[in-house]
Amino acid sequence: MSGPVNWLSQIAAVTKFGLLSIPQRRASVAAATIGIAGVVAVLVGVLSIAAGFRRAMAASGSPDAALVLRSGADTEMVSGFLRDSTRIIADAPGVARTPEGPLASAELFVIINLPKISTGSDVNVPLRGVERAALKVREGLKVVKGRMFEWGRDEVIVGIGAAREFDGLQVGDKLKVGRYLWPVVGIFSAGGGAADSEIWSDATVLQAAYHRGDSFQSVFIKLKSPEAFNEFKDAVTTDPRINAQVFRQADYYAENSASVTRLITTLGYLIASLMAIGAVFGALNTMYSSVSARNREIATLRALGFGSGAVVASVMLESIALAILGGVVGAGLSYVAFNGFHTATMNWQSFSQVTFALAVTPELLVQGVVWATLIGAIGGLLPAIRAARQPIATALWEL
Amino acid sequence: MKFLYLIWGNLRRKKTRTVLTLLSIVVAFVLYGFLSAIKQALTGGVSLEGANRLIVRHKVSIIQLLPESYKRRMQKIPGVAAVTHQTWFGGIYQDPKKFFMQNPVVPDEFLDMHPEILLPAEQRQAWLQTRTGAIVGRKTAERFNWKIGDKVPIQSSIWSKKNGSFLWEFDIVGIFDGREKNTDTTPMFFRYDYFDEARRGGTGQVGWYTVRVQDTARPAEVAKLVDAEFENSSYETKTEAEGAFVQAWAKQIGDIALITASILGAVFFTILLVTGNTISQSVRERTGELGLLKAIGFTNAQMLALVLAESCLLAVLGGVIGLGAAWLLTSHGDPTGGMLPLYFFPARDVIAGFAMCVALGLVTGLLPALQAMRLRVADSLRRI
Repeated sequence: MSGPVNWLSQIAAVTKFGLLSIPQRRASVAAATIGIAGVVAVLVGVLSIAAGFRRAMAASGSPDAALVLRSGADTEMVSGFLRDSTRIIADAPGVARTPEGPLASAELFVIINLPKISTGSDVNVPLRGVERAALKVREGLKVVKGRMFEWGRDEVIVGIGAAREFDGLQVGDKLKVGRYLWPVVGIFSAGGGAADSEIWSDATVLQAAYHRGDSFQSVFIKLKSPEAFNEFKDAVTTDPRINAQVFRQADYYAENSASVTRLITTLGYLIASLMAIGAVFGALNTMYSSVSARNREIATLRALGFGSGAVVASVMLESIALAILGGVVGAGLSYVAFNGFHTATMNWQSFSQVTFALAVTPELLVQGVVWATLIGAIGGLLPAIRAARQPIATALWEL
Repeated sequence: MKFLYLIWGNLRRKKTRTVLTLLSIVVAFVLYGFLSAIKQALTGGVSLEGANRLIVRHKVSIIQLLPESYKRRMQKIPGVAAVTHQTWFGGIYQDPKKFFMQNPVVPDEFLDMHPEILLPAEQRQAWLQTRTGAIVGRKTAERFNWKIGDKVPIQSSIWSKKNGSFLWEFDIVGIFDGREKNTDTTPMFFRYDYFDEARRGGTGQVGWYTVRVQDTARPAEVAKLVDAEFENSSYETKTEAEGAFVQAWAKQIGDIALITASILGAVFFTILLVTGNTISQSVRERTGELGLLKAIGFTNAQMLALVLAESCLLAVLGGVIGLGAAWLLTSHGDPTGGMLPLYFFPARDVIAGFAMCVALGLVTGLLPALQAMRLRVADSLRRI
């Protein structure tokens, strides 16, 4: 027989021994496998929060969408423009135009306290005042229930995420803004983007309610094309009459979500690493007992001429196979439990809530199984080496 | 106690296995420590001092300002002992990612309201004499290597000066410490009179008020009186206890208690399986010996205690090492670089953790212990 084939058949023989003996060691095997499943489920679960949050923010801007804020303002919350400035910005070169005028919406962004349904406590919900162009500036935004508010009237429409997470935002409900009661007349969807978490009203109505005079906080722009961005940016930032900075909407939202996703990801990896260390100990325990239960068999095989490499490989193989099984179970569990689960958290940049769905992405599932494989490999290595190094005579002596 | 040697001997029978089990228990409790610290950081800024303090904010949301003139009206409300205010400045030092809070305050009122902020008397005096003076918490001072006498430029994202510039300069006149462990020593405070005179727009308006109620008064009733005072004005207020305010803030992030509990649940379930499995395995291997012990006169209760003691010893040893390691690791502070200023492992959670490891020992040992107790001498000796 040629070398490699012989070696492979040796591995197969030893692995078969291991696998056949699993029913006798089922408690210990189950404990290790479930342990690894637990690690993977928690890892994938925590990271799916970050992935979902990032996805919600990333869905918020196409490449030809821009946002203008006052210089030095890192969020809409602290930005501000008078109407004169917003007109200049809307008329700048690079802005897409329709017969009704430029596709630019000067907006107000404030927050309002509403009870969150899941916890019952008050949270900051974003309330946005928009101009007529707002619906065209944002791609894919549509009213899915009820109707659009009428311009100039005290009415609001509510993002689909906000309506789900916060109390009193169904069509027909009345929203209390200070001393005013504004009826909710419709629910809109922005395809999973940040606007889904918001309540919208006419900007002029909101200006009056918040004593804002004729001022705005931001201007949302639809560009002629993605390439028109630089032309637009240069025109706005060099205009001496206004003091503004320009972002692509996608960059702005990515920047906004960075700190929250970093926090969740850091904590997620920290927790998962610790759990993984625990799971490695579990796997080591299982494989040591697997090896010690078969001491005599392995020694016999080696006395017959099996190589120690084959023994190491087969023990590793068994450990990795069990770990992958655990990893797949864990990843599957977290997919079933977490994917698409709707929740809301605070965006620390704007101190207001963002609603989103947890996203168990294929990358996360793969990552989970990779972690399981590593745990299995580490957990199998030491016992494999011990099995291969055991002096044959001593092991047979035990017979 | 005389059986301790026997228990110890049993644990040493398979050293690798014992050490591995011990380590997985250690890891579980290190993780528990981290999660406690994270939970503390997100929900913990509630001090005893805050029990008789109320926060008064604009009813619609905290970003809306209240008139400074409300202070005099609040002072007249029965049950109110002291009133002071703060305003969100939203400043950036060098890099927007290096976040810390800076608020303008009225120095005397502020320091009297917050006895948990420890500022040496001469620094307090210096602050009162320096119009552009600011005090900063120890953590931030160390982070940016600020010394007393330094001039620090802060770029506000909200407030501009009368000349249109958003860049403000402050003189560091004091560095404060926290009296309690959960006192936040990352903020910077500067003088409201300087701020109000220099800012363009918003003159005479402040962010929120802190009210201390008299010892004899009930905070909830005072809160109602405050809100009633300003009802139907153009600046209606919402007043709540400082603790409730901080917790509501934490709840905005999500239900942290639930998330922590579910992760811990998953971890302990896993550890329970691993440890329980190890112990029952080692009991099974020793069936013969245990039978022998019974044959020479060990009672059922003694058998039960022997196995339980073994599992508890393992769990407590692992638990104590784990809690100790978590204590050491978390004492290095915030792993996220400034987002969790109150990150530490609180003492009450250490005690709860100890109770948990004892419970872990009892639960994992119970089944094998019962097995050992029910062992019939004849059966077990036959196996030898």
